[in-house]
Amino acid sequence: MIRTIASALAVLAVGCGSPRQGGGAGQRVMIQNKGSDTMVNLAQAWAEGYRAIKPEVGVALSGGGSGTGIAALINGTVDIANASRELEPNEAEQARKNTGKDPVRHVVALDALGIIVHPSNPLAEIAIPQVACIYGAAGTCAKWSDLSVEVPGCAGQEIVRASRQNNSGTYHYFREVVLGKKDFRLGSRDMNGSKEVVDLVGHTPCAIGYTGIGYLTSDVKTLCVTSEPGKPCRQPTTANALSGEYPIARDLYMYTLGPPQGAVKEYVDWILSEAGQAAVAKAGYIPVPKERRGK
Amino acid sequence: MSPAAPTPRRVARAGLRLRAERILEVLIEGVIRLCGVSAILFVVAIFLFIFREGKDFVFDSLKPGEFFFSPEWYPDSVEQKRYGTLALVAGTAGVTVLAMLIAVPFGLGAAIYVAEFSKGRVREVLKVTIELLAAIPSVVWGFIGMLILNPIIIRLFHAPVGLNALNGAIILALMSVPVIVSIGEDALKAVPDSYREAAEALGATRWQIVYRVLLPAAKSGLLAAVLLGVGRAIGETMAVLMSTGHAVHIPTSPLDSVRTLTATIAAELGEAPRGSEHYRALFTIGMLLFVITFAVNLTADLVVRGVRRR
Repeated sequence: MIRTIASALAVLAVGCGSPRQGGGAGQRVMIQNKGSDTMVNLAQAWAEGYRAIKPEVGVALSGGGSGTGIAALINGTVDIANASRELEPNEAEQARKNTGKDPVRHVVALDALGIIVHPSNPLAEIAIPQVACIYGAAGTCAKWSDLSVEVPGCAGQEIVRASRQNNSGTYHYFREVVLGKKDFRLGSRDMNGSKEVVDLVGHTPCAIGYTGIGYLTSDVKTLCVTSEPGKPCRQPTTANALSGEYPIARDLYMYTLGPPQGAVKEYVDWILSEAGQAAVAKAGYIPVPKERRGK
Repeated sequence: MSPAAPTPRRVARAGLRLRAERILEVLIEGVIRLCGVSAILFVVAIFLFIFREGKDFVFDSLKPGEFFFSPEWYPDSVEQKRYGTLALVAGTAGVTVLAMLIAVPFGLGAAIYVAEFSKGRVREVLKVTIELLAAIPSVVWGFIGMLILNPIIIRLFHAPVGLNALNGAIILALMSVPVIVSIGEDALKAVPDSYREAAEALGATRWQIVYRVLLPAAKSGLLAAVLLGVGRAIGETMAVLMSTGHAVHIPTSPLDSVRTLTATIAAELGEAPRGSEHYRALFTIGMLLFVITFAVNLTADLVVRGVRRR
């Protein structure tokens, strides 16, 4: 929420032009862009990079979560929705019904989900079934001793689960891949943004959390993740995500209503160009491999 | 022509002015009446709006047993959607009660000090500062809860996490103290001086006057002050969203993370598609909140009326 406000202010600073779309020569064009909190810093970098080469186009950006961006796309109030999860079939249907256009998906970056704990936590690696045991409604892991570790400074050895609110695409992705579409166990601390998750975990010895790779800092310990216990674990790095060895890597998307046109098309094309993808690496995410671009 | 002579023209003009003034007066009276009535119109309109958006849920999908008595709030589950508000109601109630346990002694104590003991500059400075406390935006309170109170609570209480009911309650207490102080002070001031003089004449000390005479005499007003503080605490959203940990959980200790009714609406309304079951369920929570705050305010109002009649 805080960052939503901050980015809204940034937009005011970046894009103080006529908020009209597709104007004639000499008129400033505004692209409305909203959604994923995971992608908000990245989208900010794109908006700023694009302003440097095309000052006549402004990008009005705000975060709020993938669900918020998709809701805005369904209502037809944005040109581009950022999403860290795929559109649900019923959401695509609603968008079609409301606006008469089919949402079109563009893969704009790749991400690997980091599982994070407090730096004082002795745990070094974790298997996906263990993560599901901690977060899932059917799971029984409530204490760090259930994972055979003792965390110094953690009262009662209780596992404090940091999660996200349900407008988050990361939350949906996590539920789908880690929990197999089953419910989260109630009682997790549902944070508004990725940064809050990292802050909470960094300040709380008992905590565990999950977040996109772009938010990982040295204040938290990023665990080595394996799909099954006994298999070699992997760190969330570019190489491991691209090779498919890291089990929870995903695509990040931009959605447009119908194939993009005019200024929006130029913007999406630029994002998939070398310059746009260089910004991805700079923001801490993984550029889309050349052979997958534009698909 | 002498200037003072009342010519027919002047008489006519004066009459005209008189009539114009009368029309203006009627107009102004109408506008003022409209301002007064508008508050009622707005309240009714807001309730009708909330009811319209939520009624389909109430009549079609509401299972009263689940809605009121189940702690399972799974509005977007893939397996099975469930809309139990028990944990949210318990969270709101828990944080509010805890906040009042902190705010009432502080608030009433401050009101007694400001009304009865302080004088001159001290009193003025205190009043202005307490009013300033009321002017701090709730998102700033949320920041304080998240960044300052969180580590303090972890260290002091050896709690697993500092974003919990206690954190939210401290923040809410600080937010409702100004309400309690200003209304409580008015209630104490409304006690006639003759009461004080009579008590003093009987040889009562200042504390005895406060304890035996003023508090009983002003008790309805003080109760109203507390109830308005409660209303403020129940309705607060942003600060509790940031400081309570936002976890669906029936609290068993002040160090448990909780989630309130208001924070749930604020966090989820943005992504709930208009007209969906989730959206309507959130509006039904809105109705529930409306009923709760209405009941609290009505009680406060009736209590204040009790004061006036006496």
